[in-house]
Amino acid sequence: MEFIIIVISAIFVNNIVLTKFLGICPFIGVSNKVETAIGMSGAVMFVMVLATMVTYLIQVYVLVPLGIGFLQTITFILIIASLVQMVEIMLKKVSPSLFQALGIFLPLITTNCAVLGVAILSVQNDYNLLEGVVFAAATAVGFGLSLIIFSSIREHLDLMNIPKAMKGVPIAFIVAGLLAMAFMGFAGIV
Amino acid sequence: MTNLKNFTKGFVQENPVFVLFLGLCPTLGTTTSAINGMGMGLATTFVLLGSNVVVSLIKDFIPDKVRIPSFIVIIASFVTVVELSMQAYVPALFDTLGLFIPLIVVNCIVLGRAEAFASKNSVGKSAIDGLGMGFGFTMALMILGGVREILGSGSIFGFKFIEGDGMLLFVLAPGAFIALGYLIMLMQKLKAKSTKLTESQELYLKETSLHNSDKLNN
Repeated sequence: MEFIIIVISAIFVNNIVLTKFLGICPFIGVSNKVETAIGMSGAVMFVMVLATMVTYLIQVYVLVPLGIGFLQTITFILIIASLVQMVEIMLKKVSPSLFQALGIFLPLITTNCAVLGVAILSVQNDYNLLEGVVFAAATAVGFGLSLIIFSSIREHLDLMNIPKAMKGVPIAFIVAGLLAMAFMGFAGIV
Repeated sequence: MTNLKNFTKGFVQENPVFVLFLGLCPTLGTTTSAINGMGMGLATTFVLLGSNVVVSLIKDFIPDKVRIPSFIVIIASFVTVVELSMQAYVPALFDTLGLFIPLIVVNCIVLGRAEAFASKNSVGKSAIDGLGMGFGFTMALMILGGVREILGSGSIFGFKFIEGDGMLLFVLAPGAFIALGYLIMLMQKLKAKSTKLTESQELYLKETSLHNSDKLNN
């Protein structure tokens, strides 16, 4: 039951992009085509789960016992940066086809605040390892869901007759606002 | 490029939020009021200034291959300084900004300025650039926060001038996206017209007078 609440809450009620404002840069940046949106969501899912797992272990077994919790920000960002690099190298060797699909998105993920945000949030919320992983996976699904919906709307927007000053980013933000309004309807489910 | 131009380019021409679309997460997440926006902006300005100066000082010692990780460590150290000082001296603001303070680390503006400017220029120029970009960012956050506060709760910097609650939507998540969308639109419109200066001034005047008359009607 606990897990169902975490999943529903992370995907719909507290959607990472539309209610928590994390990961806006890729949300606006790579949402021109549905295909790239799917690739990006996959890469984020992969890194987010891995990063949450590793940062949790570091937090519990290194930072807390040594009493150096104030180094959390520095440690976490370094872990995420090196993790992304490692995943990139390993994917290239182990599964070239997966690397082809996710490759170009991986470097972008280091500066994706959603990954660092989820790692910090799952420590703040006192999740255990399993809960943290479920939370990260569900958050990534929520990110993917909003990104894919948004990109399919933007594909249609290209064909519309939009006032010149509204073209591109401004209209994208208005659409995101309407989407956020729709997601507000989920409030109160859990 | 003169120092003055270097300082002011972040205000309008290369405004991080309205023109370059960088650092959008804190922009949307913390601007429920003008004062929150200002707090976030100033925290980012401090990190930007510090990291720009340090990066510029040690740019000759860092091997090219590991420069990005080194920049990130420098930035993360300054973020930790900001985090701990804010926790100690302005705990209320620290609680409202919450997660977004540690997330200054991944703010694209900070790394962007370190990579694009501080790693190529002298200390003085980098400091000016950091300050200018930081103030541009702060200004953008204050404008967005101000618009959302006026529409959402009928007050500005905490001073209430409209009775009642205002449009709650603008304090909530959707209002952030919609308000920023319209502000960027306005910016693009003004930029397109900036060649015809008088016309853009007229537009500006017209809009401010419209805005004022709306306020009077309320």
